[in-house]
Amino acid sequence: MVKMMTDMLGWVDDRFPLTKLWNEHLAEYYAPKNFNFWYFFGSLALVVLVIQILTGIWLTMNYKPDAELAFASVEYIMRDVNWGWLIRYMHSTGASAFFIVVYLHMFRGLIYGSYRQPRELLWIFGMLIYLVLMGEAFMGYLLPWGQMSYWGAQVIISLFGAIPVIGDDITLWIRGDFVVSDVTLNRFFAFHVIAMPLVLLGLVVAHIIALHEVGSNNPDGIEIKKNKGPDGIPVDGIPFHPYYTVKDIVGVAVFLIFFSLVIFYWPTLGNWFLEKDNFIPANPLSTPEHIVPLWYFTPFYAILRAVPDKFLGVIAMGASIFVMFLLPWLDRSPVKSIRYRGMLYKMALIVFVISFFALGWLGTEPPSPVKTNFARLFSVLYFAFFLLMPIYTSFDKTKPEPDRVTS
Amino acid sequence: MNKFILVFVLSLLPVTSFASGSDSPLDKAKNDITDQASLQRGAKYFVNYCLSCHSASYMRYSRMAKDLGMSEDQVMANLMFAADKVGETMNVAMRKQDARNWFGTSAPDLSVVARSRGTDWLYTYLRSFYIDESRPFGVNNTVFKDVAMPDVLWALQGLQKPVYVKEKSHNSDEEHEVFKGFEIVQQGSMTKKEYDNTVRDLVNFIDYMGEPAQLQRKKVGPYVIIFLIIFLIVSYRMKKAFWKDIH
Repeated sequence: MVKMMTDMLGWVDDRFPLTKLWNEHLAEYYAPKNFNFWYFFGSLALVVLVIQILTGIWLTMNYKPDAELAFASVEYIMRDVNWGWLIRYMHSTGASAFFIVVYLHMFRGLIYGSYRQPRELLWIFGMLIYLVLMGEAFMGYLLPWGQMSYWGAQVIISLFGAIPVIGDDITLWIRGDFVVSDVTLNRFFAFHVIAMPLVLLGLVVAHIIALHEVGSNNPDGIEIKKNKGPDGIPVDGIPFHPYYTVKDIVGVAVFLIFFSLVIFYWPTLGNWFLEKDNFIPANPLSTPEHIVPLWYFTPFYAILRAVPDKFLGVIAMGASIFVMFLLPWLDRSPVKSIRYRGMLYKMALIVFVISFFALGWLGTEPPSPVKTNFARLFSVLYFAFFLLMPIYTSFDKTKPEPDRVTS
Repeated sequence: MNKFILVFVLSLLPVTSFASGSDSPLDKAKNDITDQASLQRGAKYFVNYCLSCHSASYMRYSRMAKDLGMSEDQVMANLMFAADKVGETMNVAMRKQDARNWFGTSAPDLSVVARSRGTDWLYTYLRSFYIDESRPFGVNNTVFKDVAMPDVLWALQGLQKPVYVKEKSHNSDEEHEVFKGFEIVQQGSMTKKEYDNTVRDLVNFIDYMGEPAQLQRKKVGPYVIIFLIIFLIVSYRMKKAFWKDIH
């Protein structure tokens, strides 16, 4: 029996590098042994991606991308489709969970310097994943065809109208109509269910290939490949499988407990995951008094609104995301990990985190003069974290890095 | 290290809901979705008082029968006035154009109104009609100013008028009027307490109708969570066993 299996594997291996792939990416991929809490979120992002794709396929079986039918078809899924409510809540909760997990994953990269040489391209692939994810979420949010779906899309698309000369033509080209309409819904559906997911999957593969080429960073920010044993294996490395597969399963279990608590007990999460205005069917003739994007966009939305000029606001919003791409070249510190950085960097990071959350909250609030001024302050601090990084990281007093990873 | 985790975990805790869209504070509905008798009473009030003008076009009579512990025959005999088959949804005979002519606007569908307005809003709204001769139907509402809907429950609640008390501001001598509740002008068939309970039952039913699956998901939830906790324990022990030799 065992011989038969081995023979079969041999037959496959002669024709497809199955064992080679398994070894390169799992059984003989050596990861640092000192991964901590923050290292769960990469594999969790993959888990959420799978949840979104599977639930998305089943939602597509009953959803109708038609302005007349879309809202009712979602309610049909919620009421008449067996377990439809579960599939729908998994998908709507999954969208927010995706951003929570990805933000934590990015923050990990930030504090341990995972974007630094030689992982610049890995970081850029990750940023591209983040960009596509934002597009995917934005287009998916139109599909339930509620008031907030409709007016959120209307507002965000109209931002392109701020571009001089060609702005109006671009918005017309995106919508396919003079307002958000059935045409827009159809094309967003096409992008949401096939175009964006294809790009997303491709980028995820590129992200993982790049990771396995350069090897994982770790909380100490030192290269385990510099210290190899006589067998050529990093002394501080352990095979990803089985060590990190069994460890990541624990992370998945904890994640699924939180995920299920939301799905079964609080699927709207008090307006944060499903907005109450989105239970009113889209009405092009009635604008809601307060239009807000979902929480994962609000920091950037706050930056947009902080700038008095609409076009410059759009530029600032774009820049606030683009500047993250530049991180590998902005950071001049001799060390990677926050463990060996000095006070300057730690202070800057705390200010950045506070600014990000403050902007995120301000983006959900109706604008007022006081709040707009606060949004301006935090926008400046947000950009200062990145743009002043070459200065404060080169002056910062760092501690010496250890030769071996610490626990 | 730990303070970063703390900052993140704390910041992930949601601040409950944005502004409710109403200036006046709302009374708490305190309805209980698991109280089947209350849901049945609420269904009775709903089909008698609401369903003549408002549809609930995503709600099926048969689903209601099943969830509220009634037989389909009971529903057809007692609660179904506007449909022929028990598998139909709660539609109304009133045409949208007629509604616009009579009330100035069409009556909104109430299937998911509990999800967009919230139960507290509905509970307060249905108890906040007051006499206002300047309005076409002689009533206005403190929660929904100049609402087009007539006070359909007046025979139960009676007619009421708002009571305003003059109060001085803290920082100036200017007096302004503060809303202090309602005063019954003409007694209805119910006492205040009876009426509040009636509205609570009605809101309970509307809440159920907004998401019939909530009965199911709250029942399934514990099993899923218990399974995941067992799974967590097993996977944690497996991890410990595998990692024994890593230092």
